[in-house]
Amino acid sequence: MTGAPDTSYDNILEIKNLQTSFFTKDLEVKAVDGVSFSIPKGKVLGVVGESGSGKSITSLSILRLIEEPGKVKGGEILFKGENLLDKSEAQMRKIRGNEISMIFQEPMTSLNPTFTVGQQIGESFRIHQGLSKKEAKKKSVDMLKLVGIPSPEKRVDQYPFELSGGMRQRVMIAIALACNPDLLIADEPTTALDVTIQAQILDLMKELQEKLDMGILLITHDLGVVAETCDYVAVMYCGKVVEFTDKKTLFTEPKHPYTVGLMESIPQYDQDIEGDLAVIKGSVPSPADMPKGCRFAPRCPFATDLCRNKLPDLETDEDGNQIRCWIYSDEWDGDPEVNVYERSESTS
Amino acid sequence: MSDQKVLLKVNDLKQYFPIKGGIFGRTINHVKAVDDVSFEIFEGETLSIVGESGCGKSTTGRAILRLDEPTAGEVEFDNTNILELNKKEMNKFRKDMQIIFQDPYASINPRHTVRQILTEAMEIQNAVPKKERNDRVKELMDTVGLGPHQADRYPHEFSGGQRQRIGIARALSVNPRLIIADEAVSALDVSIQAQVINLLKKLQREFKLTYLFISHDLGVVRHISDRIIVMYLGKVVEIADKNSLFTNNMHPYTKALLSAIPSTDVEKEKERIMLKGDVPSPIDPPEGCRFHTRCPFATDLCRTKVPELRNTEGMKDGHRAACHHMEAIRSGEHQPQVNA
Repeated sequence: MTGAPDTSYDNILEIKNLQTSFFTKDLEVKAVDGVSFSIPKGKVLGVVGESGSGKSITSLSILRLIEEPGKVKGGEILFKGENLLDKSEAQMRKIRGNEISMIFQEPMTSLNPTFTVGQQIGESFRIHQGLSKKEAKKKSVDMLKLVGIPSPEKRVDQYPFELSGGMRQRVMIAIALACNPDLLIADEPTTALDVTIQAQILDLMKELQEKLDMGILLITHDLGVVAETCDYVAVMYCGKVVEFTDKKTLFTEPKHPYTVGLMESIPQYDQDIEGDLAVIKGSVPSPADMPKGCRFAPRCPFATDLCRNKLPDLETDEDGNQIRCWIYSDEWDGDPEVNVYERSESTS
Repeated sequence: MSDQKVLLKVNDLKQYFPIKGGIFGRTINHVKAVDDVSFEIFEGETLSIVGESGCGKSTTGRAILRLDEPTAGEVEFDNTNILELNKKEMNKFRKDMQIIFQDPYASINPRHTVRQILTEAMEIQNAVPKKERNDRVKELMDTVGLGPHQADRYPHEFSGGQRQRIGIARALSVNPRLIIADEAVSALDVSIQAQVINLLKKLQREFKLTYLFISHDLGVVRHISDRIIVMYLGKVVEIADKNSLFTNNMHPYTKALLSAIPSTDVEKEKERIMLKGDVPSPIDPPEGCRFHTRCPFATDLCRTKVPELRNTEGMKDGHRAACHHMEAIRSGEHQPQVNA
């Protein structure tokens, strides 16, 4: 931390052209390949994508938690205007759990089974705020109260195995929020939970986000969760952002054929669908054999020679929405009247 | 639907798992995973069981196939009570009833090629003469959308969606009549999930299969089912045809479950019934209605008397729910209890 803190930033987090790769003996797997997005102060950004799209690696890169054989190769991660990639390990330790916190998917494996809940929440207070054991415990009880755990004085001395899945995730949230972070990274925070418990946890996160005015990076594969919690959404495919918009635009006028395909392939509990579900044909390409043009071209019903040979850029329109697709560019060589909501074929 | 033939009938099925404890390792208590569950499946239909973890939906599926021996009850397949059969007789019936598991990575032997996986069942059941088995493998692979040239590959050479197709091909290899799909698409990415759901529907049309589809995903269930059972803590709380369940549901738990699902409809403000607390332990389930500890409408009656599954005015034939107050809740006479 050098110099006076910079307060001129608008975005709590700004990622520019982030590149994270994993190296094997003769192969470089570009898990995150030039990802850029930003989160305005106090807003929730959702990152959606299927397995292998690079969404989790993006979040681990932000906290610099990528381990060998992986490496953040390039780009910038500006947190409050300062590049996290320039920080020393000691400086990062002061930021992790203090200014940026993270919640993981599996509450059972991310809590330490041999420490009580109170010890694990209190750790943050003791390390980042230098509190004594007694003070830390008192504040831990307050945190448990904040996340809505009944009889917190009793729970604070219990071990993780004594709590249910929903309770454990509340404890994870309590740990993450202990030091009032400015940014919370939540990696599939409700995926392992039942829907009625998921509803409780999402409600809690939203309520605390407003109360504490923090930014949230929410990583999920569930579009329903995105619709209910996020302000902005980035859709990722094969290590790249293919579409970035505000939530309403994404759900009412999705532009990228992948986003459209994704939405149409999910059966909704509140809609009847006649006949077969729309599908995205094929499967995600292997990282060892990435298409050289648009990553989605082999599965895209609208792909042309241009798409197969040249990678489109992420273009920003006048509303600030971003899209990575040739259809919306001047160079488009396919049907000029193409309608991404009309599928030309369906394969099962 | 009522004029159709009943293929499988489950009567008062109970599955209690003993808990051993104490110095002599005696049984000290039971997990009442499934408690008095009854339903029937008609030939050619898809019946789904939904519910949250621990409600007993998977245990029900496994008990029907006797993968875990049920504690009590009857399972009639084609008018034979299969729980009374000995192992040899039961094996004959296994040809007619197959299961697809959730995890395509764990449910297929990694040391066998696809050909071995598919012929193993044919061999055990003697369903296909030896000479025709290779042709049958080709045909099966083609049916589930895999290339016949992939028959000699090992499971690790396939993606998750493809492996689930192998699991489906294995289930089909003995020409079953009933397939139990236990969270068969839950582990798959959404774009692959849609492919497998379409495949299951296609196979049902082609081979007149009957499905018992166990899932926690109500979106998938709405798309694939004819009728739906909602379970909570080992009990059936509501059973109905698909339309009634989604548009005329009666049980407070069904309502809460549906309202808890995040919707992608960003323009509609949705009213959410927030359930407090967690599902109670099935070792010592609550007296009376098992849902009363979380139900906003619960009264003293609910805390003492077990509600029966019943049909009432305004419900379609075959639609039944287990709630003491469902009429009064619908008319608005019975409001959420303040200190419940």
